This record gives sequence, structure tokens and C-alpha cells, in this order.
Amino acid sequence: MEKIPFAQLDEELYYEKLDNGLSVYVLPKKGFNKTYATFTTKYGSIDNHFKPLNKDEKIQVPDGIAHFLEHKLFEKEDGDVFQQFSKQGASANAFTSFTRTAYLFSSTSDVEKNLETLIDFVQDPYFTEKTVEKEKGIIGQEIDMYDDNPDWRLYFGLIENMYKSHPVKIDIAGTIPSIAEITDQLLYKCYETFYHPSNMLLFVVGPVDVEKTMNQIKENQSRKDYKDQPEIERSFPEEPAQVAEKRKVLKMNVQTSKCLVGIKAIDTDQSGSDMLKNELAVNVLLDMLFGKSTKTYEELYNEGLIDQTFSFDYTQEFGFGFAMIGGDTNNPDQLEEKLRGYLLAARNGEGLNEDALSRTKKKKIGAFLRALNSPEYIANQFTRYAFNEMNLFDVLPVLEQITFDDIKNTAQRLIDDSRMTVCQVVPK
Amino acid sequence: MAIINEVIKQKQGYKLHIVNTGKYKTNTFVWKMKAPLQKETVTLRSLFPYVLQSNTKNYPSTTVLRSHLDDLYGASLYVDLSKKGEYHIITFTVEIANEKFLTDPAPLLEKGMGLLAEVLFNPNASHNSFDESTVNNEKRTLKQRIQSSHDDKMRYSANRLVQEMCQNEPYALDPNGELKDIDAITPESLYQYYKQALAQDELDFYVIGDVQESEVEKAAEQLFKLQERTPESAGETAKKEIKEVNEVIERQDIKQGKLNIGYRTNIVYGDSKYYALQVFNGIFGGFSHSKLFINVREKASLAYYASARVESHKGLLMVMSGIENKNYDQAVTIIKEQMEAMKNGDFTEDEISQTKAVIRNQMLETIDIARGLVEILYHGVVSGVPVEMDEWLEKTDAITHGEIVEAAKEIELDTIYFLTGMEGQ
Repeated sequence: MEKIPFAQLDEELYYEKLDNGLSVYVLPKKGFNKTYATFTTKYGSIDNHFKPLNKDEKIQVPDGIAHFLEHKLFEKEDGDVFQQFSKQGASANAFTSFTRTAYLFSSTSDVEKNLETLIDFVQDPYFTEKTVEKEKGIIGQEIDMYDDNPDWRLYFGLIENMYKSHPVKIDIAGTIPSIAEITDQLLYKCYETFYHPSNMLLFVVGPVDVEKTMNQIKENQSRKDYKDQPEIERSFPEEPAQVAEKRKVLKMNVQTSKCLVGIKAIDTDQSGSDMLKNELAVNVLLDMLFGKSTKTYEELYNEGLIDQTFSFDYTQEFGFGFAMIGGDTNNPDQLEEKLRGYLLAARNGEGLNEDALSRTKKKKIGAFLRALNSPEYIANQFTRYAFNEMNLFDVLPVLEQITFDDIKNTAQRLIDDSRMTVCQVVPK
Repeated sequence: MAIINEVIKQKQGYKLHIVNTGKYKTNTFVWKMKAPLQKETVTLRSLFPYVLQSNTKNYPSTTVLRSHLDDLYGASLYVDLSKKGEYHIITFTVEIANEKFLTDPAPLLEKGMGLLAEVLFNPNASHNSFDESTVNNEKRTLKQRIQSSHDDKMRYSANRLVQEMCQNEPYALDPNGELKDIDAITPESLYQYYKQALAQDELDFYVIGDVQESEVEKAAEQLFKLQERTPESAGETAKKEIKEVNEVIERQDIKQGKLNIGYRTNIVYGDSKYYALQVFNGIFGGFSHSKLFINVREKASLAYYASARVESHKGLLMVMSGIENKNYDQAVTIIKEQMEAMKNGDFTEDEISQTKAVIRNQMLETIDIARGLVEILYHGVVSGVPVEMDEWLEKTDAITHGEIVEAAKEIELDTIYFLTGMEGQ
């Protein structure tokens, strides 16, 4: 077991890679009631074209299957795992993103039992034709719910604009016709390929005894007979640098319009420290351009183009990434024009200054400390970072090192008219 | 030792609550203002907090104020409006880093408190009027906020149920105000109401973090000076006689139907049956092992979500589910059957102990978050019946099967609201 101290943050992280390849992290948190654990596989909605375990040919699986599998893993021959967790006073959940599927629980008692339940249920699939068919009605309603949600439609509309072929453009839950094609056999194929311990990470944060927790996990894993598995072969289609569509307007049953401007990322082959630095630099850049303390924000607000829903974000993963800026607005066309204008000007350094950089860095440091109050944030983000060969706790030092030149270079490299796109939602 | 270590000090015009804990990397300040929910004041109350958080006398524009917050290591400042029972509650929150974790050791506690005091007591105002352009901006965004609440159909249908159910009761009012009343508000009338609220509201100030009691008290006394008051009570709510169940069908261009069903529990926070009601709700619809989740979702595959929640101070229980439009009758039937089963005592000791374990867990988890902790403590302020967390947990633990059935028998169906698609018109 390796101990990784973070003195400035007053935290100590413990790590061990088990014989079967599972990465285990434990972060003790004194004073908290709650223990939170996530068991995550590096498998998400984008992994729809891959070579199944022990097969020679790659296959294409139906849209939404990773998310469907997440739902079905909770059901066992003798009932549903939610029942087991609640008997042990825990609340359990799961989520599927573009690149990950995470299973989790939080509890303030019976932590040992709950941890055992978490690991065991994820490592013991039970899929039958009958249970798979039953789930289609439930997930169908989940899909319909998102279809009625204007913010979700806006978000996905923007991603669809950006990507021509990459599966990030496919809705995580799939569609009602695509999930109709899912069978128990296909679920097993995906499960066997992606749920091997060597493709997974277990993170436990809370008032736990580190040694005991680590031993419990090791014992649990040593009882299970995992064979070494070769590296997973996934493929992704060629994706042009420019966006697929420049603009899209969705007419929906809404009273308030919405507008998002997006930039398709470049350099998405990065990982590790390059990726961490780039991701942080873009986020700092966006804050310097559009944060609440900027003149730009005040201007847009005073002109009646934005309200408190205005926000911006940048995320990057292996193979894709995007910046998004926007929110609710009375005048989506005018907001679009302004945001595009500010971004293109920033490419030449306009609107950027050293004072704003040092202020933004301070703000980001404070926000990071605030985030560390949340065990959920720590476990989920740590896992995301680790899957991209980055370390969450490196955020502070890397942030502190960002220079004004870095920001100017980032603006110049990221912002390009051919990679910009817009999506609006307007009343019917 | 008590689970929550809360110290309460009566200060001039407000109560100061201090919870000293080492588990956070930040300190949190929460300022609560409470007054009866009323048609005449609801829109004023939903507007002035946003004017206050836009800018102040010393930081007279959003840019200047927010730059100051950035300099304080990204201190966060935000307002929130809610209703608890027939009270309208305004909440200001400031969260600021604990300098212990920064390379820059300049103390931030007093700066955080000072910032909150500046926002509350030193607005960008002159001649008994707020700054006009700030008010105009916030009137516009308030309109947008109210309008966009119609666009989130889950929220919209939950609000519509309450409106239908509580017609002619203050609780029907939306804490975000009334669209039609915004235009008439002037910078002067808003300022006048703000002064009135500061003079008359019941005020509570919470400080949570790794803090010294004496230091907080001293700073609070210097920065927060208010006049004494006797806060107005919303009064007892009369029990509503339900003559017949109100069924409301509304049509809009949507894919998924939203089914919201409202019951009167006739039990509020502080009542002896309140703990049994909480256990009741957990078994009925509060958690993923509940009757609603199992029967509406898992067995019938009708919904992705099907749950129930209790409004503790008004005495309501609300079921919500998203279903295919054609499954309305089936879903209503299943939900009614679950309620009947509860009233008939058709639930096991296992379900009871499972539910108690989850409730206990939920409470303990909530107090791990500073804002969650404040919300739990504040229940006692709203009801006037403060309950120690330890007592809460003990009483919940002691609830019997019979007591849950007794609570169930108090519950009456009031309104069924269904937001459905345009087909079949």
C-alpha cells in the first residue's frame, strides 16, 4: 500500500493496485459521518465499437447499451440490490457518462457490509430475457423525460452540431428503437469485455480505517477467480477538426429561449499532465472572459441578454472535448453574435489581462477547496482524472503555475471560427 | 456528546447560531429572513434579495463586487427563496475558504462576515431608493426566472399541483413571486419594503466551520446591529375539509405525462405523530425500496421515477411520477392501492426497520454538508419546536407498526393533477 500525502490540503491518500489489476484508493476523512464509495469502469456511452473478449472481430453495439447495463446490474435472481443496501442503511446509485459507468453507495453505518455488497453486486451480473424486456419500459420513460427537458436538448443539440461521426454525439440513454435491440446476450458481451478489474477503479472516502478497508477489499478480490485479460481494443471513427454543423435552432414548448455557443476542442489526444494543464488553462480562460467579475458579464447582463442561468464549462476526454457558453436569454440571436464576437476577439488577446488571471486563479483555488468538502466530488473526479492519467490533487500546483502567456496561447490555439457552433432552443 | 454541537446566542434583533466543526475546508455563513407568506409581499421579497446581491454601496457594480469575491479566494455569495409551511424564507449564503489551507495566511473569517453584512445592510441606494438600473435589471431577470419555471415540466407540474390543492391558502403562492406584480414595483417601494423586512422579519444567522465562538460573537456584534422585534406569526392553518377529490387534467405539447398527487397529512413538524409520518413516507414512497418505486417502476415498468415527499410544516404529502400518457388510469390505480395497503397496515417489520435505517443514514449524511446542517436546524425555528438531532433519531427508532398505521389514517387524498400531451384531444 502506497501513502500519498497532500500536506497543504491536510489529506492523505492510500493506493494499491491489486493482483487482478484493480486500482484501489482510500481517503480517510475524519469528522464526517458518511462514507462514500464508487466502483467505476472505464466504459461509457462512446465505447460502442470494440473487440469483445476472446473474439477476433470488432462489433458495433446498440446505442444506450452501457447505460442499460448499468440499470440491469442492480437486478439479481433473488431481487434488487437497492433492497439490500437499504436494509444496511445505505443509499445506492449509479450513473453512466460518455466514458465511465460508476456504481456507488453512501452510508453512515454498516460500511463494511455495504462495501462488500457494492463490490459483489457489480462483479456478479444476472441478465435474462425477461428482465431485459421489463427494463425497456422504464428506460423508455427516462428517455421521454429527457426529451421534454429543454436544457438537455440544448446541450445534446450542441454536441451533435460539433461531431460528425464520434459516438459522443449519441444520447447516453440511446433511443427507444435502439434499446429495443438490446438482448441479455449482448449485455453479457459488454460486461465481460469492460468489467474486468483491470479496467476498474474503486474509491472509498470517509471516516474509515485504511488498513482494514484495504484488507477487506483484497480478501474479497482474492476469493474471485479473475483471469488476466488483454488490453481492450476500442475503435472510434475519423473525426474532422471542424464542426459538423454551424448552427441549429430547436423549437420546443418553452416560454424562455436558450442559446449555447460551443467550441470543439483540439489536442484531444492528450493525457496526463498535458491534459490537466490544458483543461485548467481553458477553464481559467473562460472565467477571465465570461466570469461574473468581468466587464463582459456586466455588459451582457445590463443589456438584458443573460440572467443568472448564464454559465460556461470546458471538458476534455480522450478523443473529444468541448467548451460551452450560454444560458437563458430573451434574444438568442443577439447573444450568439456577442459571444462569438468576444471569443474571436480573445483569440487576439482582447479582453485578457494579468489582473484577471491572478484573480481567477485565486477564485479557482477557493472553489477547489470548497469542492473538497464533498466526498462525492472527490471520488467521482479523482476517478475521472485517474482514467486520464491525471491526479486530482495536482490541480492546485498546476493551477498556480499557469502564466499569462499560457492563457494567450490557449486562446489562440482553441478559438477558431471553423470549430465554433451554436444551438438555440426557442418557443414554438 | 450531542451529534450537532450548536450554540445559540440571542443578539439584538436576531439569533446567532454557531456550529464549531473541523471537518470543512471552508467556513459557511447563512442569513435567514422569515415572514408570513402573503400575496402583497411575496413578489417584493422575491426581488430585493437579488438587488442586494448585485452590488452594494462600497462595491457599486457587479464587476466590482464579484472581483472582490474573487480576491477573497472565490468566496461564494448567493440567495435562495423558499417556503416552509405558510412562511416565506429568504436565505443569503456566503462560503469562504479557511485560510489554514492557503499559502496566504491572511484571515478570511471576518472578511466573509463583513462581506455578508455589506450586502445586507449597505445597499447601493440613496434618498430611500435602490439604484434604478439595478432594480430594472433584477425585475427583468425575475420575470425570466418565473417564466422559465414553466419550461421544466417536472417542476411546473409540482407547482401546479400545489396551486390547485391550496387555492385560497397562502401556500399556493410561489416563493419566486408573481409575474403580474413585477412591473408595479419601483426602486422606492422596493427599498421601503426591504427596510420593513429588516425591521420585522424573524432573523437567524448561522456560522458553520472551524471557528472560535468568542471571535464569531465579537464580529457578529460589531457587524450585525439590528433593532429588537417580535416576529409576526403566520397563525394556525385551519384544517381543510375535503368534500371530494379534485381531479385536474392539463394538456401541453409534451411527450411524457407528469402525474402529481397531493394528500393532506394533517400532521406537521412538532406533532407527536410526525416521526411516524416520516417512517410512513419512507415505506410508501420516499426511497428506492418503497412501495411506489417497486410497484409503479419495478413491477409495472410504468415509470422511471415514482416517489413521494412530505412537506413538514404545511402537512402535505406529494407523489410524483413521469408516465406514458395512456397509462394514467393504471398508474393512479396502483398508487391508490399502495396508499390503501399502508392504511391497512400491509407492510412488514422488515420494511419498517429498513426504512428507519435509511432515514437515520439520510439525516446523518445531510449534516455532513454545512448547508444541509443549517436546513435541519432551521426546522426548529420555523416550527417553534426545536428538536435535538439525537432525540429525532431516538424517536424515529422507537416508532411501531401501529403508530405508522395511526399516522396513515390521518392522510386524505386531496388532488390528482395530470399534465398530459395533446393527443386524443
